[in-house]
Amino acid sequence: MGNEQFVVSLLVANHAGVLTRVSSLFSRRAFNIDSLTVGETENPELSRMTIVSWGDDYMKDQIVKQLQKLQDVKKVQLMKKEKTILRELLMIKIAIDKEQLPEVKEAVATYRASIVDLSPEAITIEITGETPKLNAFVDYMRQYKIIEMTRTGPTAMGRGMYCLEND
Amino acid sequence: MLLTGAEIVVKELVANGADVVFGYPGGSVLNIYDELYKYSDKIRHYLTCHEQGACHAADGYARVTGRTGVVIATSGPGATNLVTGIANAYLDSTPLVAITGNVATNMLGRDSFQEVDITGITMPITKHNFLVKDPTKLAETMREAFRIAQSGRPGPVLVDIPKDVQTARVEYDESAPRPACRPHDAICPDAVRRAAELICAAKRPYIYCGGGVIKADAAGELIAFAEKIDAPVGLSIMGLTAVPYEHPRFLGMVGMHGRFAATKALYDSDLVVAIGVRFSDRATGNKAEFMQGRKFLHIDIDAAEIGKNIGATDCILGDVKAALKKLIEALPTLRHPEWNAHIKSLKEHPDNSIDMDPQRLTPQSVIEGACRRHGDGIVATDVGQHQMWVTQYYQFKKPRTLVTSGGLGTMGFGMGAAIGSCIGTGGKRTVLFTSDGSFHMNLNELATAVTNNLPLVVIVLNNQVLGMVRQWQSLFFGGRYSNTTLERKTDYVRLAEAFGAKGYRALTNEEYEKALDKAFSSDGPVVIDCVIDRDERVLPMIPPGGGIGDIILR
Repeated sequence: MGNEQFVVSLLVANHAGVLTRVSSLFSRRAFNIDSLTVGETENPELSRMTIVSWGDDYMKDQIVKQLQKLQDVKKVQLMKKEKTILRELLMIKIAIDKEQLPEVKEAVATYRASIVDLSPEAITIEITGETPKLNAFVDYMRQYKIIEMTRTGPTAMGRGMYCLEND
Repeated sequence: MLLTGAEIVVKELVANGADVVFGYPGGSVLNIYDELYKYSDKIRHYLTCHEQGACHAADGYARVTGRTGVVIATSGPGATNLVTGIANAYLDSTPLVAITGNVATNMLGRDSFQEVDITGITMPITKHNFLVKDPTKLAETMREAFRIAQSGRPGPVLVDIPKDVQTARVEYDESAPRPACRPHDAICPDAVRRAAELICAAKRPYIYCGGGVIKADAAGELIAFAEKIDAPVGLSIMGLTAVPYEHPRFLGMVGMHGRFAATKALYDSDLVVAIGVRFSDRATGNKAEFMQGRKFLHIDIDAAEIGKNIGATDCILGDVKAALKKLIEALPTLRHPEWNAHIKSLKEHPDNSIDMDPQRLTPQSVIEGACRRHGDGIVATDVGQHQMWVTQYYQFKKPRTLVTSGGLGTMGFGMGAAIGSCIGTGGKRTVLFTSDGSFHMNLNELATAVTNNLPLVVIVLNNQVLGMVRQWQSLFFGGRYSNTTLERKTDYVRLAEAFGAKGYRALTNEEYEKALDKAFSSDGPVVIDCVIDRDERVLPMIPPGGGIGDIILR
């Protein structure tokens, strides 16, 4: 039983404390967690969470079953890799001088990122995509002075009619 | 009609069948207590000495009645004093609703007087909890709390109600629909068919019965199932009482301090049908050894238990009573004469015998004496050596007659639990086996037993030491008795008398029998101090993480 990364999508009740319930379940059951994103859905009563975790088959099975026991969790789905779109947003702020600007712009264009803020001292770039692409972009940017960066962690959705429905 | 939040709480208690509640008043629950005063003809409130005792009482009440226990406490220390009791109920899957008051909503989060985030604190030890900030949601929250506590695998639910929510007046609709418990009697026919195939293929089937059987009131079905497939039954501590001690299928408790025959037979089996168990480490010991050479068919209501501690070959998910009924229907009558001859030889094996020295007052004679008089009455225990002796020697006859802290192992559980159990049976005599260690943790509740004149027989197995820890120290720590020798001068007879109870001391079997005579003809609580040797051990013992080969028999 090897370890691998996997994505779990959840529909949860949209009220206070749900995030704590889910995250505290992960800590008290010693489940691994790489990232967790949460936001409202088209139904104001529900939020959708995307959790990226890793572990063996036992861990996967227990994570799904234990999440299903939480009263506020309406639906849990282990996302099938080949049928899932994953996207993450990253913002990175870099200290640049004027001479460096053209080459940074070139990198931004190559990676289909966009510049969202520019000041005499710093440039802020936004990039969306799958995690490996974002990692590659960050690695490329390391040649400059990175002032700060933040990333959301992946959010996921199934392709076509592969959906996370509330039933 | 327009009602205050406090009145809604009490009306919902009545509507949910909670005619008995345990608790302790305080600043943040004054309004609820004021309503309890008005509704005292519908709800009997039992005041304990400490919120922990109240919580254990509600737990004991729930275990003997099968209903949801209710406990009420004030904010801050009142709420935190419930924590051990709630955790205890969580680990043993007892349906419990804990109601706490809190400071007013505009005072929350300001470290106000007696403010504590009890929903945060109890999140990992409740099935669910609520902080009710909106009084219009209070009635529906109370209904949900009872539904959650009872449905599926039962457990504790906490409802935290700020003071202003209790005083607010809101519209209350008594006839609003109640959420029904989710049905769990739908058993997958395919799972039953596969299970039947597994059972038919087995040559040495063994039934491992847990607390889920008690919770589902499925003891009758379990025995019928055992008869049908011709298999012996070993039990977890929570499963005890499902099969009468005298029943031919009964092997006793499995595991660390289980009976030799129960554990050995499991290791000799080729199929374990595990019903309503969660495979605690205290039962399995070395998991690899426990699993090797046999298949496991796991029947449980909680999907997360399947494969959590022991990988199951197959499973049936759902209410164990419903599952057993279906299985019995699906199975032919099976016979395993060779296997049962082997089981018989294990039961008659000298290693399975209980030695009793008639000359001395021993744990065996103490338990035997009470058992002989108590019939099928309720027995509560505390935690430690005395608890294990009760599980080994007490001859239980009826389901729900043992109230013990299995999962959490809570020393101090006994007094509250015995009080709640006694009240749950409508005031029938209840025997509590405790020890000098456990009893000292919550003996204050003797006052509660006296106030309510409960016929409680408190049997203190007094060995002057923390016996179970001492046993481990002598086996695994070179006899270095760090802080387990109790140099206390407590006089239990005078202690009982000081509380207004009766007290007797027994150094010999004759004195013990006389004390029992008096205790069993007394109305109110009685304490019997039974002085036993400090080096009495709980045997057999399989050391933690060990297998049947590591069993210590004498």
